[in-house]
Amino acid sequence: MNRQGWKLEVSALALTLALTLAVSAATAPRERAPVSSEVKIDNFTFEPQTLTVKAGTTVTWTNRDDIPHTVVSTDLVFKSKPLDTDESFTFTPTKPGTYGYFCSLHPKMTGKIIVQ
Amino acid sequence: MKRETSGSIRFDHNHDGIDRRGFLKCMAWAGAGALCVVEGGVLKSFALNNPAAKRAKGQLSFVQISDSHMGFNKPANPDVVSTLKAAADKINALPVAPEFMLHTGDISHLSKAEEFDNVDQILKAARPKQVFFVPGEHDVLEDDGKPYRERYGKNALGDGWYSFDKNGVHFIGLVNVMNLKAGGLGTLGTEQLKWLEKDVKHLSHSTPIIVFAHIPLWAVYPDWGWGTSDSAQALSYLKKFGSVTVLNGHIHQTMQKVEGNVTFHTACSTAFPQPKPGTAASPGPMKVSAEQLRSLLGITEVSLAHGRHALAVTDSTLE
Repeated sequence: MNRQGWKLEVSALALTLALTLAVSAATAPRERAPVSSEVKIDNFTFEPQTLTVKAGTTVTWTNRDDIPHTVVSTDLVFKSKPLDTDESFTFTPTKPGTYGYFCSLHPKMTGKIIVQ
Repeated sequence: MKRETSGSIRFDHNHDGIDRRGFLKCMAWAGAGALCVVEGGVLKSFALNNPAAKRAKGQLSFVQISDSHMGFNKPANPDVVSTLKAAADKINALPVAPEFMLHTGDISHLSKAEEFDNVDQILKAARPKQVFFVPGEHDVLEDDGKPYRERYGKNALGDGWYSFDKNGVHFIGLVNVMNLKAGGLGTLGTEQLKWLEKDVKHLSHSTPIIVFAHIPLWAVYPDWGWGTSDSAQALSYLKKFGSVTVLNGHIHQTMQKVEGNVTFHTACSTAFPQPKPGTAASPGPMKVSAEQLRSLLGITEVSLAHGRHALAVTDSTLE
């Protein structure tokens, strides 16, 4: 690659970068910052029970109980392995919608992820 | 109503040493050792130091253990191995040698092969060599319960249910921890209910029935999931029998209830206690002192009194 070609490429990259920044600056900012993407499992409860996130946000469930729990979507979109104390499970929803879920060991434990 | 400190009985209406109103207090008596006898579907109870207790010595005796949660290692019990061993010792020290054992589930904590291995190994030290299992929700965490069924349910049907006869008593092991639905309770499911209806159809009304399953088959405390959604259907098939005893685990404490011809009884865990319904934020393990722990764990002995269709259910702690 000659010197000229290198220079050209660099400026092309800079341009792309600048454009990307400009576009995200125009669309991203004023919307509400995404709510926490963490769900804590404590005292046989999912907290928060309803979590609203944007599509593409990774949601992490962490078990703080002394007893194992699972995170299983009612429509079987996602299903964790049994989570022992301090173990986590993540799921990244890509499609907007409401995802109900529960603990398959203690089905009284239910929660909801609303994906915008 | 309370038990007198001397061990005598307050409500002895028939002057036979039997407290007919005392059965609901069996739970409170567990620490001291209480005896509950079913005769013709009516549960009676008396303290173990009462001479009438001798009548419970019978032709069939077995032991129920439950919720050994092998693999659990947190407060209040970092050593569930030694408490299960203590349960085996307790069984070996019973005055009447039990013929077999029932384990009403949550054998393991996380359905791991080494957890099941450990329990099997420890139970080998107990005198009764035969153990009948039903799964708890902790035993079917892997592969929809396949490892459980391969180990314990070789002669069972469906998810692991089966029945057998011993000394004229018909035993039915049910599974109510599979396919649980969001927001719901324990479930038996249509297939198992159909099987149950067929299983008891041919039996005579005088056959004593013992049903055992992990989650209680009555609504102990639905807010904590302590009940089975379709248990009423199952019990409707058992209405014709004079004596039905239902033995459960899951709630890690003893509890009794009598409804018509049916006596319900839950056993202690050998691993850790759980709070009384509604007395804590959640049904998680109750953290108690090391000194207190064994007084809240235990085993249950059941015997069929000779010649009188009477089942005696005795709880004793691991102290």
